Amino acid sequence: MLTAQFLLLGAVLFCIGVYGVLARKNAVMVLMSIELILNSVNLNLLAFSVRHGSVDGNTFALYIIAIAAAEVGVGLAMVLLIYRNRRTIALDDLSEMKG
Amino acid sequence: MLAADLLVAQNIGFGIIALLMIVGALRVVTVNNVVHAALWLVVVLSGAAAQYLLLSAEFVAITQVLVYVGAVMVLFLFGTMLTRARIGAENDLNNKNWKIAIPVSLLMLGVMSWVIVDGFQDEKLIENPGEMSQVPIQLISDDIFGPYLLPFWALSFVLLVAVIGAIVLARKD
Repeated sequence: MLTAQFLLLGAVLFCIGVYGVLARKNAVMVLMSIELILNSVNLNLLAFSVRHGSVDGNTFALYIIAIAAAEVGVGLAMVLLIYRNRRTIALDDLSEMKG
Repeated sequence: MLAADLLVAQNIGFGIIALLMIVGALRVVTVNNVVHAALWLVVVLSGAAAQYLLLSAEFVAITQVLVYVGAVMVLFLFGTMLTRARIGAENDLNNKNWKIAIPVSLLMLGVMSWVIVDGFQDEKLIENPGEMSQVPIQLISDDIFGPYLLPFWALSFVLLVAVIGAIVLARKD
């Protein structure tokens, strides 16, 4: 197993996630793409954890999983709030803060 | 000899799971149905758990299954259910400028993979794969409650604030 193969898989997933964040209009789909990005980072952390023979990468990965859970909870609550007020979750229509 | 066989098996496993993950991730960002996208995301997240097992990180893999495949996915399905009147295919899930995102992400992928391939060449992840033992959970807990105790506290507060914030935001006044 090469180091590069795990990092390349992480890079591919990261870029697919970035595409999703940029291209999607639906707020729930954007949150899903952010989950893809966070998972690719976890993959990198664990690969480097094995490479350096240290458990720090495992600890960081666990912390990232916890942060991601909190992020999804708050994000979906915000999406629900927006839906209740606007009857839509299309991010293009939320332009009140545009200068 | 045994180590070489193990290496081949690991590489085949990696290839199959990686292919599944990439196909699943592409479906997540291209499919025209929010529920289908959530189910494809399950494929990607389970594949990630399998890769963590290949990297001998059992505890993180189990946490991934419990938290992501279990809890986060239920949250997503609830979010879909509560914000969508109709469950089915829709045509307006993409921005009107979504085509610009393709060259952006491809450029990023090109730069990142060039750096990775150039930087790591054919460096082995571990010299002897037979030696790769599972990470003892005791070491992880020593790590969390030792040098990384302060981030652990901060994380506890983040979770508490997230729970309270989610309740406050989603409450009907």
